[in-house]
Amino acid sequence: MLKEKDKIFNNLYGDKSYSLTDAKNRGDWDQTSDLIKKGSDWIIEEMKKSELRGRGGAGFPTGLKWSFMPKDPNSNNYLVVNADESEPGTCKDRDMIRNEPHKLIEGCLLSSFAMNAHNCYIYIRGEYFNEAVVLQKAIDEAYDAGLVGKNACGSGWDFDIYLHRGAGAYICGEETALLESLEGKKGQPRLKPPFPANKGLYGSPTTVNNVETIAVVPAILRRGGDWFSSFGRTKNTGTKVFCISGHVNKPCNVEEEMSIPLKELIEKHAGGVVGGWNNLKAIIPGGSSVPLIPKSTCDTVLMDFDSLIDVKSGLGTAAVIVMDKSTDLVKAIANLSHFYKHESCGQCTPCREGAGWMWRMMEKIARGEASSHDIDKLLDVTKQIEGHTICALGDAAAWPIQGLFRHFRDEIEDQLIKKVRAA
Amino acid sequence: MSENLNNFSFSDKNKLIAVDILKKYPVERKNSAVMPLLDIAQRQNDGWLSRDTIEYVAEYLDMPIIKVMEVVTFYTMYHTKPVGKNLVQVCATTPCWLRGSDNIVKACKEMISPEQNTVSNDGLFSWMQVECLGACVNAPVVQINDDYYEDLTYDTTKNILQSLIDNKPLQVGSQSGRKGSRAD
Repeated sequence: MLKEKDKIFNNLYGDKSYSLTDAKNRGDWDQTSDLIKKGSDWIIEEMKKSELRGRGGAGFPTGLKWSFMPKDPNSNNYLVVNADESEPGTCKDRDMIRNEPHKLIEGCLLSSFAMNAHNCYIYIRGEYFNEAVVLQKAIDEAYDAGLVGKNACGSGWDFDIYLHRGAGAYICGEETALLESLEGKKGQPRLKPPFPANKGLYGSPTTVNNVETIAVVPAILRRGGDWFSSFGRTKNTGTKVFCISGHVNKPCNVEEEMSIPLKELIEKHAGGVVGGWNNLKAIIPGGSSVPLIPKSTCDTVLMDFDSLIDVKSGLGTAAVIVMDKSTDLVKAIANLSHFYKHESCGQCTPCREGAGWMWRMMEKIARGEASSHDIDKLLDVTKQIEGHTICALGDAAAWPIQGLFRHFRDEIEDQLIKKVRAA
Repeated sequence: MSENLNNFSFSDKNKLIAVDILKKYPVERKNSAVMPLLDIAQRQNDGWLSRDTIEYVAEYLDMPIIKVMEVVTFYTMYHTKPVGKNLVQVCATTPCWLRGSDNIVKACKEMISPEQNTVSNDGLFSWMQVECLGACVNAPVVQINDDYYEDLTYDTTKNILQSLIDNKPLQVGSQSGRKGSRAD
């Protein structure tokens, strides 16, 4: 279990205020200019050493991503922070924004400096209105104290930071859709290449990072990349905020060591599965886009990128959705199919048409009106969508369905046969 | 701004806010302000965007009306029809559904209107089912205007709605008494 002293977010639950005074007492903004004076190369090296992988879902190595940004001082680089937290099951960034905004703002300064960016936008989902109010107040405090703005922290680096509110669209969590939205357009993903590091916001080099990725940067630089990489397994390092929802006795967010066994995470922090571990049916371990895993896998799997890929799922955003034996799994996944149908941006035909079709087929199965042949057809359609769209939303709509039938097809077919016999 | 027959214009307060919003973006990139300007326009216009408000924002930013219309219809938080004074958005995505969002929908049907997106007779409420609000460890949740109410039951949902009828709103956040997202 992660020791209190090794937690990065010691005000995750808002026991103390978010204000600058309290944040400084927690160690934020402590001689930030000294870190800047060590130079951008040093920062990027420390980030590489930490082996931090992006916390927004894709898990790309952060230090490597930063190193793609042009170093030319005349290049107008941007850092854009993705605070459009909308992946079902996920609510970790919300806590960081409302209770630890100064960690995020300090992280924005250090990351922007490392990437030769003088300007940073934070794109926060529109529904997080009160969180945006808090974050704006914290930004204002930082400006008033000279921590950001001209000559930020007395470092000689000019840095401006702006908050931009979205207006309700899951797709804007996709980085290029987010940039489109920030430019005042519909949030429809861009074709890549060019990648944002070449042509991003307003056609300038841009890196888009998740809130948690940026908010852990000050801790990594102060305590060292080696300290961060001492948690978890190789290439799966660090501490991580997990969101545990669904059928547990005490749903919660909690910061833990990466690679903690899933069972231990749930039993130690979330009060266990409702009705006990043996009442567990299945878990979606990384937000709605990753395939579910059955109890037998949950018994032993570790919560990190590579071990979850090994069981054909993913760490995603580390949002653990627990479903006990009372759950109608078909309905639970049909609900997610409805989500993706609703959130498809409409740009690519396989996703626009396919997401709705898959949802209708899932509803048909849930009603008990489908045949085994329908399941074959549905799985075939998921394969037609997967990999055939501009962004990963098509994949995300297909994977939960594939996961469901990979592990529970026999059981679902038995139920369909019983319903047919009863009718 | 040219002469027009538009009935909408920003209030004096919103005119100042709009100027501040534009300062966030490069001068030649003022289209970036379309979302925040639509937001303040909607707030000024009782929670929804009439044709006049949309045209006003388009003209304010020198944007074609269709481009602003695209934005309005793409994002779920812009409403093109009147909403209740209290807009109740019930999250029904899987994490909330697993913890009983059907009961929250039932409470809204009973106390507001059987159908969603229908303004109650007194104009005080409308409700709608929405996708994930991002407060999943405090499920089930509803958003009423800008505020989240969390850890709900059928009964506590009714209490909250009643408190708004009585004009004595209950405290926002968790209704089970816990702090934030801490395990209780």
